[in-house]
Order: sequence, then C-alpha cells, then structure tokens
Amino acid sequence: MSTVAATQELRRLNAEQAATKKTVFGFWVYLMTDCVLFASLFATYAVLRNNTFGGPSGRQLFDLPNVLVETLILLTSSFTCGIAMLAAQRRNRQATLAWFGITFLLGLAFLALELTEFRHLVHDGNSWRRSGFLSAFFTLVATHGLHISIGLLWMVVLLVKTIRRGFSDSLLKRLQLLSMFWHFLDVIWIFIFTVVYLMGAIPV
Amino acid sequence: MKTVVADHQREQAQLRTYVTGFVLSVGLTVAAYLLVTHRAFSAWTIAITIAILAVVQFMVQLIFFLHLGQDSKPRFKIGVFLFMLLIVLIIVVGSLWIMHSLNYRMDMSPQRIRDYMNAQVGL
Repeated sequence: MSTVAATQELRRLNAEQAATKKTVFGFWVYLMTDCVLFASLFATYAVLRNNTFGGPSGRQLFDLPNVLVETLILLTSSFTCGIAMLAAQRRNRQATLAWFGITFLLGLAFLALELTEFRHLVHDGNSWRRSGFLSAFFTLVATHGLHISIGLLWMVVLLVKTIRRGFSDSLLKRLQLLSMFWHFLDVIWIFIFTVVYLMGAIPV
Repeated sequence: MKTVVADHQREQAQLRTYVTGFVLSVGLTVAAYLLVTHRAFSAWTIAITIAILAVVQFMVQLIFFLHLGQDSKPRFKIGVFLFMLLIVLIIVVGSLWIMHSLNYRMDMSPQRIRDYMNAQVGL
C-alpha cells in the first residue's frame, strides 16, 4: 500500500517538475523575443544618435555619475533577487520576503532616478520632440523603464500572495519567472549604459 | 539527513555563483566608467574597449545570474539564445549598414539635412 502511494507521489512530483521546466523554457523564449524588440530600438538609436537637429547631443545632456549610481543600484537589485530565489527554494518565507523587499526598493530607487532625469530633460526643453536623437533616446530608455515598472508591479503581487498564502509549487514557479525577468532587465541595461550613456559621452 | 546536507552544499555553491557574478559585474561596470571619465586613450580605443567590456559583462550575467548553459541535454535554451543573437545582429548591423550607405550615396551630411529642414520650417 505505502509503496503504491510513494510511487504515485514520485510520479506526481516528476510530472510537476517537467511542467515547471516547460514553463521556464516558454518564458525564456519570451525573453529572447523581448531582446529582439530591444535590438530594433537599439538599431534605431544607433542610426539617429547624431541627428540632433541643432539641439544638444548626448555629451551635453548626460549626467554620468548619476547614471553610474543607477547602474549599480540595478545591478545590486539583480543580485539581491538571486539571493531571494535561494531563500525561496529552501522555502524560508521571512528571508524571501526580506530579500525581495530589498530588490523592490532598489528597483523603485532606480525608477525614481530615471524619472528625475527625464523630468529634467523635458523641463529644459529637451523632450522627445526636440530631435530624432532624443526621440530614439526616450523610446529606448523608457521602454526599459516600462519593463522595470511592470516587474515591480509583478513583484508586489507575488509578495502579497506569499504573505497571504505562503509557499506553494505554483508560487515558487512564478517567483522563478519573475527573477528571470529581473535578471534579464539588468542584462539589457548593460547595453543602455554602454551604448547610450558611455559612448554618448566620448566624441567618436 | 544526507539530502539536507547535499541541499545545503548546493545552496552554498549557488550563493558563491551569485557573489562571483555580482563582483565581476561591478568591476566591469566601474572599469568602463573610469575609462570614459579619465579619457587616457583615444576616443576609438575607449569605444571599442567599453564595447568589449559590455559583451564580457553580458556573458558573466548570462552564466552567473541566468544560469545559461546549465540545462539538460536537448539544449533548447542555448539554441533559442543563439537564434536570437543571429536576428539581433542582422537587425543592428543591417540597419547601420543600410543607413550609412544611404547617407553616403545621397550626401545627407548633417549640415545639408539641417539646411533642408530649416527651409521646410520656413514654409
């Protein structure tokens, strides 16, 4: 009797693992298509980056120390997200909530810095309407910012679920997808940091 | 008991992976930043160097944070990833190539574009 039950339990676990693997792979495919979206925005930016239409160029506009702080904040949040997932895997609720909480606050800080930068640019008359360069800049960077906002919203939803109902297999799976999404956003930011901000600051 | 110990060891290994990835990423980011702010080399040298640093950090984060290359045998993840890289290269390199060629053949120098657009504004 108990052997039969154990076999059934094992079979159920195996089926569950296979299903999780499929979901993770499906999400991975989505992330790769999102890369293609960002690639087209990067290509647009690269083509238009010198079309300033008599307006300011990146070198005159970008505040590099501020961008470095943004980058380090996002990088740290990617790291704390990984630590949070380790806590989730051993089903430690307190640690998971704490580390995801830190990740959330860092993400919020990043978003606040980015929005402040945008506000300054628009306030000084350098909005997306100023030139082709600025249109491409705002489209690329704000698309990333939009992804960050969606990630933060998703994080809140999952954290509330964790507090209310505790861990389940399906919640763990969703947290895993969220952490992949969050790492992916940091990967995209490496290229925004390098191509837009750093290369914008050197006269090539 | 044995599985608990094994789990603990695996977690320690994973923690080390994240810490390594984080330290490497911070180092690469700061190095690229200092190269640009100090301007010790020519503009093109700096541009190419920071591009290489970005690609290295890209790989670091893929391996240490997104665990690419650790899936089991039919390696679909890597396959989709490589296909994505191909498409991305076609989009980016293709766009730059075509637009550069267009600029070259039509002599759309920034000055001429500006003159043309200013003339349009006056209409």
